[in-house]
Amino acid sequence: MAEENETKKYTTISIPTPLANKIKKRIEGTGFNSLSSYVTYVLREVISNVEEDEHEEAFSKDDEEKVKERLRALGYLD
Amino acid sequence: MPKPHGNKLINRYITKESTEFEEMPTYEINTNLAEDVMNIASGVFSPLTGFLNYNDLDSVVHHKRLSNDTPWTIPILFDLSKKDDVKEGDTIMLTNEETDLKALLDVKEIYKYDKKTIAEEIYTTTDPAHPGVKMLFDMKDQFVGGNIILINKGKRKFDDYNLTPRETRILFNEKGWKEIVAFQTRNPPHLGHEYVQKTALTFVDGIFINPIIGKKKPGDFKDEVILKSYETLMEKYYLKKRSVMSILRTSMKYAGPREAIHHAIMRKNFGCTHFIVGRDHAGVGNYYGPYDAHDIFKEFPDLGITPVFFRSFSRCMKCGSVVNDKICPHDQKYHVNFSGKKIRALLKEGEVPSEDMMRKEVAETILTFDHPFVE
Repeated sequence: MAEENETKKYTTISIPTPLANKIKKRIEGTGFNSLSSYVTYVLREVISNVEEDEHEEAFSKDDEEKVKERLRALGYLD
Repeated sequence: MPKPHGNKLINRYITKESTEFEEMPTYEINTNLAEDVMNIASGVFSPLTGFLNYNDLDSVVHHKRLSNDTPWTIPILFDLSKKDDVKEGDTIMLTNEETDLKALLDVKEIYKYDKKTIAEEIYTTTDPAHPGVKMLFDMKDQFVGGNIILINKGKRKFDDYNLTPRETRILFNEKGWKEIVAFQTRNPPHLGHEYVQKTALTFVDGIFINPIIGKKKPGDFKDEVILKSYETLMEKYYLKKRSVMSILRTSMKYAGPREAIHHAIMRKNFGCTHFIVGRDHAGVGNYYGPYDAHDIFKEFPDLGITPVFFRSFSRCMKCGSVVNDKICPHDQKYHVNFSGKKIRALLKEGEVPSEDMMRKEVAETILTFDHPFVE
């Protein structure tokens, strides 16, 4: 079960018609079968990059030391 | 260091000593499920915090994503029989004798889902001869959605080779690695594997060799043979500062392309930036095309780990080296394929395969075992 749980839904987004036409031309013969699938692909890529910047590692100093001790004992660290 | 999948490394261990669980009704689970519980708790399956509920399963089956749009391709399911005395709202204590596991499962939802639909979408077949489909069809008829918390996991064989994602992330950081390529394996290394690993390693900071340990079929190499043979190879032919091996305990589903994505996600959680995907990755029989597991990555611009694709490779007698079809101009007649079957047959007879196939030291390590194969 994912921590944030949302029901799958589709929604409509408006984009300028000339842009939509450009995209339609661009995706011809690329494997994208619709304007929606291309826009979804691009947005997922953009959003995942933003999320990457927002992530922070959450190891406390104590936790980290304990882990390093085990890694040393097992020979993974000198 | 890359972010964990879904942006959060899950860590679901009970933090306080407590006796309040002692009176709880227990529910014995099989070892495969126990390994799923441990993989959820340690963050290998991040961002999962428990077993899939109906919405998540439906989304995974039809969209290859969790219901919050995070890529996820293999259902992680907890099955339950109608006869089991468990109802929604219960918290049950999961136990597994073999692993000495104790964990709590918060039973949020009990539901049914058509197994045929799961098989068609996940495995692209409902053929019960497919081992993954068989495992699915053998499951009980209801599923439980709900979070888990791990209370206890006992000592197990190979624990000294078993690192959690938190540990590998700290290890990679200590080694100063920024880009790490992961290699999954279920066999001792031959020269073809070494070629793939070292080719990929050339472009990154370190390699994470991550054998899958667990249930095997007769004729497969035993887990200890795989580990010892890799230790020998790494000691003799790899730089310690550039290579790490630890195990992954999980069952193979043989879901081909979908499982390749799942394997990449797990390695992302271990802190890897790249994942090697070979020919017919996680395939079985002729259910998938040889490069289906490459093509599926195009569907996931937001996966957060870069696949490194390898096609088939062989030894070219003209080139005098290991080659693939992109780099060698010579006719097939000069090529010798790395046949796992052939190498196994020789080792079964106690013979050391040719050094064109396998490092002598690796073969000799395998032959130190009286019975290197599962019987």
